[in-house]
Amino acid sequence: MSNENLVHVTIDGCEVCAPAGETILHAALRANIQIPRLCALGNDAGVGMCRVCVVEVKGQDALVTACNTPVAEGMEISTHGERVEASRRMSLSLILAEHGLNSTNYCFSCRKNGDCQLQAVCNALGVTEPAYPIPAQDKPHRDSNPFLEFDPNLCIRCQRCVVACNERACNHTLHTAKRGARLTIEAPFGPDWDTTGCESCGCCAAACPTGALIEKRRATYRSWEVEPTLTTCPHCGVGCQLELLVKDNRVVDTRAYHGASNKGLLCVKGRSASFDFVRSGDRLTTPLIKNHDTGEFEPASWDDALDLVARRFTELREEYGGEALAAFACSRSTDEDIYMLEKMARTAFHTNNVDNCARV
Amino acid sequence: MSMLAFNSGVYAGGQLDDLAERMQRRAQTTPPGMCPVTLALAALEQSAEQTCGKCVPCREGLPLLAQKVRAIAECRATERDFQETLQLAHVIADASDCAIGWQAARDFLYSTEAYAAEYASHIDRHACLPGTGQSVPCETECPAHVNVPGYIALAAQGDLAGTIAMIRKDNPFPTACGYVCEHPCEAHCRRRLIDAPINIRGIKKYAVDGVAADTVPTPEALPASGRSVAVVGAGPSGLTAAYFLALMGHHVDVFEARKQLGGMMRYGIPAYRFPREKLDQDIRAILGAGDIDVHCEAPVDAARMAELSAGHDAVYVAVGAQGGKMLDLPGADAEGVMSAVDLLTRIGDGDYPDFTGKRVVVIGGGNVAMDCARTSVRAGAASVQVAYRRRIDDMTALRTEIDSAMQEGVEILMLQSPERIEVDEAGHCTALVTQPQFIGAVKRGRPAPQKASKPPLRIPADVVLIAVGQAIESAPFEEAGMEADRARFIATPQLKAAGSLPNVFVGGDCQLGPKTVILAVGAGKVAARNIDEFMGYHHTLNIDVEAPSPRPNDRQAYGRVEVHERLPHERRCDFEGVELGMSEEEALQECGRCLRCDHYGSGAMLGGRKQYV
Ligand code: SF4
Ligand code: SF4
Ligand code: SF4
Ligand code: SF4
Ligand code: SF4
Ligand code: FES
Repeated sequence: MSNENLVHVTIDGCEVCAPAGETILHAALRANIQIPRLCALGNDAGVGMCRVCVVEVKGQDALVTACNTPVAEGMEISTHGERVEASRRMSLSLILAEHGLNSTNYCFSCRKNGDCQLQAVCNALGVTEPAYPIPAQDKPHRDSNPFLEFDPNLCIRCQRCVVACNERACNHTLHTAKRGARLTIEAPFGPDWDTTGCESCGCCAAACPTGALIEKRRATYRSWEVEPTLTTCPHCGVGCQLELLVKDNRVVDTRAYHGASNKGLLCVKGRSASFDFVRSGDRLTTPLIKNHDTGEFEPASWDDALDLVARRFTELREEYGGEALAAFACSRSTDEDIYMLEKMARTAFHTNNVDNCARV
Repeated sequence: MSMLAFNSGVYAGGQLDDLAERMQRRAQTTPPGMCPVTLALAALEQSAEQTCGKCVPCREGLPLLAQKVRAIAECRATERDFQETLQLAHVIADASDCAIGWQAARDFLYSTEAYAAEYASHIDRHACLPGTGQSVPCETECPAHVNVPGYIALAAQGDLAGTIAMIRKDNPFPTACGYVCEHPCEAHCRRRLIDAPINIRGIKKYAVDGVAADTVPTPEALPASGRSVAVVGAGPSGLTAAYFLALMGHHVDVFEARKQLGGMMRYGIPAYRFPREKLDQDIRAILGAGDIDVHCEAPVDAARMAELSAGHDAVYVAVGAQGGKMLDLPGADAEGVMSAVDLLTRIGDGDYPDFTGKRVVVIGGGNVAMDCARTSVRAGAASVQVAYRRRIDDMTALRTEIDSAMQEGVEILMLQSPERIEVDEAGHCTALVTQPQFIGAVKRGRPAPQKASKPPLRIPADVVLIAVGQAIESAPFEEAGMEADRARFIATPQLKAAGSLPNVFVGGDCQLGPKTVILAVGAGKVAARNIDEFMGYHHTLNIDVEAPSPRPNDRQAYGRVEVHERLPHERRCDFEGVELGMSEEEALQECGRCLRCDHYGSGAMLGGRKQYV
């Protein structure tokens, strides 16, 4: 980074050097200064909905939002103080005033309870009770999608889901119906869910800070009951990083991890289709050999099974030559397994016919 | 790939302008007397609908703020509620992204400062301030509270004498106001809801052009009271007071310093705007109303003032603001430089200047500057230019006056601040030198000019006319015991003059600063009524004219009939009246648009009208 692209600012009295164009929020985070926020999603500049990240910039007559205001040379930024904090608390109170707390018995029955960013930010800023009357809300849920559901009563219209679907997952399926004060989130999980472009990837649910847009799976656990295990998605060759969430020795959900190739995103297979089989009753737990007389598969020992396979492959190679054989590996296998398979093909099968289905 | 549609935005590209224009007309028609808190509420509710829905303070805050302001408007809020409302507004103003959000809150906060007393009354007394309440727009906003719907209805019937009698009930200058009134009555005319305000002044002019005011008898004066009142100054305010006092049966002595009566209507307003024979019609009618003695060329000094106070039961001082203000410019004492007031005063007595072949430059942006410029054109000037510090839009002159002047060939040099006047060896002015300006931030409600980085401009000039305001000549009256502050006499709202003289009332320009004919008339009427009370009476005047009963409203939208002027190339050559007036068919259509707000709506209720008599 050359010097002319650096700007110098002070944040709460600390001198901070930041690349031109970086937001105040990210400059502050790099300097280990936390700024509360709700609607900003990751590293991109936010749309600036919640106004919880407001800070004071010397010489400007209004507060500015840290999440989408770029730093400029010489800015003197102050991230706390009475004016800033009063404004943040007021904004949170206003958000609570549209949040259907009555529909969850004030968080008690909310699936996000304990894992909710609205709850967390309110707690951090001392907004412990709603300042304005909470209107009773009873709007119908959209829950026909097998994986996802949307509860408009809890939606704070922060539009993180919209950014996630359109700019992250690039599926362009989830939109707002833009009607000013009555702006709504059109989540495609209604009865016609299977005719929409929605891929059920769940990126929207992962982005939602509240219990409004969630994976249905959340009904099976509470956030504090699970242990994460970082792993690589076994589904295809991209190598998305994810955490398996384990409760009582069972995988109950996944959480996207910020891996080099997936950057916090997952597809429907990685998020929802690659772990339920772990405990499936249909799983094979022992080798099976077909009985030619009865036509049924019968359990066998590993030695018997491997002997049979080795003998038959050897016979085929002797009779027709190595070129008659090929090895094809499953993309869900590990690199090590695939390496061994290829090695076996070349040294034991005497063939270079090797391939893998990892082309998704 | 999907194809682009041309101009596809829903309701974009001005599509909503039709609705917005109607809404704007409704806002402009806000009835006088409305509670400002309810207006602030309406604005907030509208802003809450304009939100795009992005940010929380605007999207959630504005509807909530509107709810809270509704509680204040309905007098349900406590002081604590009010403080919380202000806090919420401050956060919306501070933390919304765009002006739809923050300016809505700032506008509300502005209203709490500009109308603090009204808010306090809602909170402390759980009621609007006393006197808050809608009333007939035109009649209320006419400073003399003329019964406008009444006289329009009479004019519609063709009863022009009745029209004049109805106007005169409140204003003895129907002709002057028909010609030169600035018509504040039209500003909130309810007709604007449908199309445009009624041309109220135009209808009045139609009446006084059709029937000369002095041919319409004034009401019979009440029996002589034996009391006498002195009126100092025979302008619109003094003569109005004299008229009503005379009708009440009092003797009136009018003292006028100049040769003739009329004040600024003769010595300020040029004859092409208000022909002298028309002025004389009003004055003749007034003088014929009762026991009025006129003393012209009778200036009042301190000693005389003391005598008047001692020798009369009451005195009304209405000397106007007739001193021309001068600019402190180098060269301002050169030959060829004069104040607007001096020029117009000379003309008042028929002494027209000859500017043939001369280059005239007028300094100023008010109606008087336009009067000077248009007079100079008629006096044969080779060129007439007006130099003004701000932009044309900032001029205080009526837009129609500016347009008429420009049509007559007057050039306006805007954003020029006078620096000095160049003088030749003979002591005669040769040019006005100005410093160009550019328009800047709004200060005290008006955009302020500031020095532009441009070289000075030299405007060649044989005559420089300075029209930058008028001053009152208060010294003799202050010596006699009246009090003045910043060149205005001090008075109670009842127009009782402050100071040591016990029986003196004061009003018009000398108490308000230079204003309009109709304000001076309104003050004269209030003074007459209060002098009558002061002397221990409570006279009720004879009024022998009634408003006809109304017809159903015509709800068809029409264009507004305007009063046109003679063609510029003709009118610029003479001092004859410039306005053409309405034809009968035009006047009838214009009268037919009046919605008779005295009968329909709030005017029908007790207290729904603002009248003095
Ligand atoms: S979304 Fe968060 S704040 Fe809302 S009910 Fe659920 S836990 Fe509570
Ligand atoms: S599940 Fe994926 S595709 Fe469907 S709405 Fe959410 S982000 Fe968009
Ligand atoms: S569904 Fe969630 S992420 Fe989307 S706008 Fe509502 S609260 Fe925000
Ligand atoms: S302040 Fe502007 S951007 Fe924010 S919600 Fe209001 S209208 Fe939208
Ligand atoms: S419509 Fe007629 S009565 Fe109503 S405000 Fe206008 S002029 Fe007056
Ligand atoms: S985080 Fe910046 S406005 Fe929400």
